[in-house]
Amino acid sequence: MINTHDILETINMIREENLDVRTITMGISLFDCVSEDENRLCDKIYDKITASAKDLVKTGEEIEKTYGIPIVNKRVSVTPISLVGGGISPDGYVKVAKAMQRAADTLGINFIGGFSALVQKGSTKGADNLISAIPEALTETRLVCSSVNVASTKAGINMDAIARMGKIIKETAYLTRDNHSIGCAKLVVFANAPEDNPFMAGAFHGIGEPERVINVGVSGPGVVASAIKRAGDCSLSELADVIKKTAFKITRVGQLVAMEASKKLDIPFGIIDLSLAPTPAIGDSVAHILEEMGLESCGAHGTTAALAMLNDAVKKGGVMASSRVGGLSGAFIPVSEDAGMIAAVERGALSLEKLEAMTVVCSVGLDMIAVPGDLSEDIICGIIADEISIGVANTKTTAVRLIPAYGKDVGDVIDFGGLLGYAPIIPVNRYSPAKLIARGGHIPAPIHSLKN
Amino acid sequence: MKAVITVTGKDTMGIISKVSAKCAECSANILEITQSVLSDYFVMIMLVEISALNMPFNAFVDRMDTLGKESGLDIHTMHEDIFNTMHRI
Repeated sequence: MINTHDILETINMIREENLDVRTITMGISLFDCVSEDENRLCDKIYDKITASAKDLVKTGEEIEKTYGIPIVNKRVSVTPISLVGGGISPDGYVKVAKAMQRAADTLGINFIGGFSALVQKGSTKGADNLISAIPEALTETRLVCSSVNVASTKAGINMDAIARMGKIIKETAYLTRDNHSIGCAKLVVFANAPEDNPFMAGAFHGIGEPERVINVGVSGPGVVASAIKRAGDCSLSELADVIKKTAFKITRVGQLVAMEASKKLDIPFGIIDLSLAPTPAIGDSVAHILEEMGLESCGAHGTTAALAMLNDAVKKGGVMASSRVGGLSGAFIPVSEDAGMIAAVERGALSLEKLEAMTVVCSVGLDMIAVPGDLSEDIICGIIADEISIGVANTKTTAVRLIPAYGKDVGDVIDFGGLLGYAPIIPVNRYSPAKLIARGGHIPAPIHSLKN
Repeated sequence: MKAVITVTGKDTMGIISKVSAKCAECSANILEITQSVLSDYFVMIMLVEISALNMPFNAFVDRMDTLGKESGLDIHTMHEDIFNTMHRI
């Protein structure tokens, strides 16, 4: 028999502490859509996506109702488009993005990811053309998300690709200038991109994945913060235990939803992504967890230590609750999507440099950070190169999602609304890395990549 | 298969009667009721057997939800699996 305490605890987590399943993401392989003809390619992609995921939203809503747990997003990720587009023109790639948008509209999903290229070791013609198409594709579509993997621990860092991405980010910011440069919020530059990530904007369906798969991303920063608050004045060892137990419960819900979705849709279950994904809603913030742990403000000295412990405890608790863990799995620290991070930046407690340090110990990277619109491409590339190096040297995923908000400067705020939230423009060190970036070439893979 | 129905709201006469009548109408058999009133605030947790429901479970959830709205109560119906998964290893 279930006891009353357990029932009330679950209900309280859902209603008061914002426990939800952040996303059910269906991964769909598009390898069988390959065609030399752009229009034919677009048609095949549209047909495959809409046929594969036709019941995704309905099934998600049914599960929500049965278990009384909100499932915030239903999403689709597809094979990196540069791999199926091959040598089609940049205009052709824009057409594919539009076909993806049409498919997303038909399905009623929240986002579609996979307008992506993998160029860690070098660029193919397809990858080159896709990257050229990114600014226009993200301007012409609303729900299509794009990512470019520019480095890996095995391959090293493709600095030419980083230099290119600096330009692409600036161009995307300019083209979407009427809407707070929102295009950049849908574009991620990765190191060691995971192939089964259900979270946007970086989701794509990797090449080793099955035909179709169900990946689930859990959430629940509010639940963890409340548990820490209830734990009171205990030691950090005890706090780690509290976080583990809470993460276990959160993840079990994700596992239940994933198994149920997999069964109802008759699609294999892929992974649970054990990430604490915040939202801009009050009481759903990772920064507030860190503050609850004992920091006056997120960004204070001690933040990295607190975050390291949080991230580790979430994984330890979560890994036992799920049969298969993958994706990014770690605490997210997107600035615009986290009320506590926004407040910390506004009060001057959280700098870009501190955010970079925090990404050493958690996923996923410099995420949803608004920087001045007049920031040079070189500085953007420098920021990317630093963050990507952290991923490569530490054999982990890191990513950069910067928004150089056109026409905005420190003191301004950009507001995307919804899950993407709003962000104060953060000050950036203006000393130039131009010469370093202009050298181009490749930063070789670190010695510890040679494990064989 | 079982479901947990939680009912909360301002205490009035006949809440249990209304909720149990609706359960009977939908062929949900009540297995257990825990109920209390704290300073005019009514709280009830019901465990019901849903294997013999005369409608799909999600329709039953909607019926109970509508009853809640009509009666000025907060009624939530959730499949027991979410509690079992979270609290049992």
